[in-house]
Amino acid sequence: MSAATVIPAESATRVAHGPGAKLRWAVSDTLALANRNLINYVRIPEALFFSSVQPVMFVLLFRYVFGGAIHPTGVSYVDYLIPGIFVQTVAFGAIATAIGLAEDLQKGIIERFRALPMARSAVLAGRTVADLVRNVVVALLITGVGYAVGFRVQTGVLPFIAGLALILFFAYALSWGFAFIGLSAPNSETAQVMAFPLLFPLTFASSAFVQVNTMPHWLQGFAGHQPFTIVINATRALMLGGPTATLVWQSLAWSIGIIVVLAPLAVRRYRRST
Amino acid sequence: MPAAIEAHDLVKSFKGGVKALDGVSFVVEEGTVFGLLGPNGAGKTTVVRILTTILRADSGTATVLGHDVAREPELVRSLFGLAGQYAAVDENLTGRENLRMIGRLNHLPSAVTAERSVELLEDFQLTDAADRTLKTYSGGMRRRLDLAAALVARPSVLFLDEPTTGLDPQSRIGLWGVIEGLVERGTTVLLTTQYLEEADRLASHLAVVDHGHLISQGSPSELKAELGATVLEVGLPDVVTAERAAKALARLSGKRLHIAGNSVELPVDGGPQIAMEALRALDQEGIEPTRFALREPSLDDVFLSLTGRRAEGSDPSDAAAGPEASAAATGSHR
Repeated sequence: MSAATVIPAESATRVAHGPGAKLRWAVSDTLALANRNLINYVRIPEALFFSSVQPVMFVLLFRYVFGGAIHPTGVSYVDYLIPGIFVQTVAFGAIATAIGLAEDLQKGIIERFRALPMARSAVLAGRTVADLVRNVVVALLITGVGYAVGFRVQTGVLPFIAGLALILFFAYALSWGFAFIGLSAPNSETAQVMAFPLLFPLTFASSAFVQVNTMPHWLQGFAGHQPFTIVINATRALMLGGPTATLVWQSLAWSIGIIVVLAPLAVRRYRRST
Repeated sequence: MPAAIEAHDLVKSFKGGVKALDGVSFVVEEGTVFGLLGPNGAGKTTVVRILTTILRADSGTATVLGHDVAREPELVRSLFGLAGQYAAVDENLTGRENLRMIGRLNHLPSAVTAERSVELLEDFQLTDAADRTLKTYSGGMRRRLDLAAALVARPSVLFLDEPTTGLDPQSRIGLWGVIEGLVERGTTVLLTTQYLEEADRLASHLAVVDHGHLISQGSPSELKAELGATVLEVGLPDVVTAERAAKALARLSGKRLHIAGNSVELPVDGGPQIAMEALRALDQEGIEPTRFALREPSLDDVFLSLTGRRAEGSDPSDAAAGPEASAAATGSHR
């Protein structure tokens, strides 16, 4: 059987030969899908609303409606609030990852991807990379809105950028977690229903909006040690001042831990989903 | 030269022990259209998913252009195009953006993709809609774009999994024309369908699938010939009379008789001669038919005779009787 003769010339060049070419195609495939996902974020009105309008509403709500009644020790409330808003926003944005992947599975588009000569890793990588880009844009938006309502970085440009980087890395880790949820849900509605009850306590029973020591004692144990609080406190320390080393180290540990545990689970789920 | 597609003894079970495929073998010669015909759940899609490397068979082998789908999946993926029943395109992207994305994921240079996108959009009458998002497309337009996406890389083998399911008749006929055009240019097509008319029109070779088995193979005319020269169709005033008529007519032919509501269908070998015998037999029982016809057998009849059931969706008038009802009725006359 002269197998080689039946490969059309063009097909032969489209299959990766060697690890270098494989990596190059994997990056190219990931970017192609990240591009596709970003176009989706801009064109789906709900997605655009949740990633841009909603965080601004939260800033205004807590700054001007609830903020007058909340008095954190040592800092003005607007300075206290904005680092919390950063984390809340990237976390809520991660729901879109779960919904998007569940929808792709449901509509059969992932099935098409599986039948293309593309890198298998690109579907999940393209999703999380798109999330990262979206989060960068959203973080800049909140920085601008924050400044407009009186937020001021107390430390310096570099610690501020380090704080943003810490949040973006944490958000990237969350993307893998929500990718896992999206691939486990039978449809996009269920993905949303699965994601929200998880996010709600993590976001609100945290130091995002109020100090944990104002909460009832039974709640402090959870609120004081869960990852959102740690990342928010680390960001606050970087942006407003205070001891940072332990908090930053713990934040990184959480982010890495989430990726190490949930990325393989998501990949396995993706391989098995049909 | 190896055949375009070969399947040898494919077996696949799903969770819960459901056997989707139980030893399926067939060969598709290059440049032909091979139709897998069968009702929902027969295993057609499972065959396509194995051949397109999406699923792995439990046992058995399959090749596309001589390359094993399990051992060389990456290479095989660069050889075929796939268009499925779900129109797997991104509805928030425009037609052109969808084709570009698929071209890029096929690792084609962007200039090549751009050029072919223009051609394909033109060929499939989507040029005017090229820069609109797919949300604005009709079902038929989405299927055409889905097919165009499958063709961006100019594959010589094309898998079409129920390409017209859910389309209105006009869009269906339009898509048939498109597929026929591809075949003229030498593309090998494996098509699954539950529409007998579609299989009859497009496929040069057919395999009938039911419960994970290929129960018959051949050209559409061979399958019809296997059944008999003609089908005798007798309409009766009510269901009870139909049952009586069936008993009287069953003696005339060794083939499987079918009752659908108050009509009886029987494949027969003779022509007018058997019609006279049938009328005589009915007369002896004192039965007066409301309708009496001899007609050419359709693929629907083939399916019915092979499985004892009608192919779903092939004949809306039969839907009232329901597939279970007609299967039960047939069963009692085996």
